Amino acid sequence: MAKPTFAMYWAASCGGCEISLLNIGEQILAVDAAFDVVFWPCVADFKYHDVENYPDDYIDLCLFNGGIRNSENEELAHLLRRKSKTLVAFGSCAYEGCVPGLANLTTNQATFNAVYDDCISNDTTRYQQPQVVSQVPEGELRIPVMYETVRALDQVVPVDYIIPGCPPEAHQISAVLTAILSGAQLPAPGGTILGAADVALCEECPLTKDVKQITRFYRPYEISPEPGLCLLEQGLVCMGPATRGGCGALCPQVGMRCEGCYGPLAGQDQGARMLSAIASVVSAGPPGMEEAAQAAAIEEAMATLADPVGTFYRFSMAHSIMGRAKTVDG
Amino acid sequence: MQTDFKPVIVGFLCNWCSYRAADLAGTARIQYAPTLRPIRVMCTARIEPEFVLKALREGADGVMIAGCHPGECHYVEGNLKALRRFTLLRMMLGQLGIERERVQLVWASASEGKHLASAVDRITEELRALGPLAWKRRVLAQEAMMEEAVGR
Ligand code: SF4
Ligand code: SF4
Ligand code: FES
Repeated sequence: MAKPTFAMYWAASCGGCEISLLNIGEQILAVDAAFDVVFWPCVADFKYHDVENYPDDYIDLCLFNGGIRNSENEELAHLLRRKSKTLVAFGSCAYEGCVPGLANLTTNQATFNAVYDDCISNDTTRYQQPQVVSQVPEGELRIPVMYETVRALDQVVPVDYIIPGCPPEAHQISAVLTAILSGAQLPAPGGTILGAADVALCEECPLTKDVKQITRFYRPYEISPEPGLCLLEQGLVCMGPATRGGCGALCPQVGMRCEGCYGPLAGQDQGARMLSAIASVVSAGPPGMEEAAQAAAIEEAMATLADPVGTFYRFSMAHSIMGRAKTVDG
Repeated sequence: MQTDFKPVIVGFLCNWCSYRAADLAGTARIQYAPTLRPIRVMCTARIEPEFVLKALREGADGVMIAGCHPGECHYVEGNLKALRRFTLLRMMLGQLGIERERVQLVWASASEGKHLASAVDRITEELRALGPLAWKRRVLAQEAMMEEAVGR
């Protein structure tokens, strides 16, 4: 019997997801033994036209990492959807836009200016901003068109499963692959989350909460947190209350606030959830204060939050309720 | 500014005070702008930031959150909770390019029909000056087309 076929693709991403797959250790050999790799640009030399020549549904399992940021990403999303029986949004970028999705807070032009012109290490006399079409002695060259808005994979094509995380944790990937390799029945597809918990990260976190109210927030470099105690209650913007568990609360256990990489719980908006969590730890001053003084105390505490949108939606901007910012040309 | 623009304000009104104030404004036949779409909630603390964001995304030009004066909330400190959320929400709306006048917090007791009506008038004028928000059409146009294409 022919082996089932496997593909992995990267769209707008950093490449960390590919490495996270290798993090499953020697199990990767079992994956290699069980599957025929038919497309995986990171490790093997296949061309897009090879995929185009496959019959529809030829790929049994396709792990798609990366968001949809340009016309090439989008084209491959459609192509791989057509050619794959099971399409998995692998990692935060494909699931919810992730860090590239923060580009939705600005415009392409501003991003290009920052990257190509304002960056001090660039030699702007020799290079210019990317042009979709350019003339060279050999003829006309075209590159993909950058979109104004980064989208998650399931905002472009339907996906069967989602494996969250930036990147997904090895033990979670391994559990999913073990299930697939053993032929176990997966939950019904339709954008179903695999390899994560369905409770908030705080539930997995061993640090002690004692319902404290705080008067200011700190950035991670500003304080050394007290060991054993909840980081949010020490003024670090720990995303635990707004984030799906599954990693085992890796970051808070080593004194680093959770940045929210497993995304929101089902049906939630991560930033809005975090807003509420922050609101419930902020002190309105000692009891019995006048309304104006309470309002001022709240303002003052909130003003110590650096970049709340960028922090609360670090991973989930593309999939958030608002989706992007209104910009001058938006 | 478009002179024929009639803004839509989604109002989240606390059952114990502001909703009654709106009722009173009606029974007392106070004239005010017909721009408010009131939604009754048990307390301003019930208003999750998601409600406000969804209203703005789905077509509201502005949102009014109205509740009991500080110290008068039926659940003691619900309105203080609302104030905390509101303060941070406004900061975040600013980062999303949404003008601060679009989301306002108003305290109105059950007897303050007039106060509530004039707040609606004032917010209406401020929104008229800003023009439509039209989030889906003006900001998410590309996404909306895509979502239609994948049937979501
Ligand atoms: S907020 Fe962070 S540190 Fe506190 S319990 Fe939740 S995950 Fe742990
Ligand atoms: S603690 Fe938070 S940021 Fe760290 S791995 Fe887990 S979900 Fe990601
Ligand atoms: S009961 Fe009116 S604001 Fe809480």
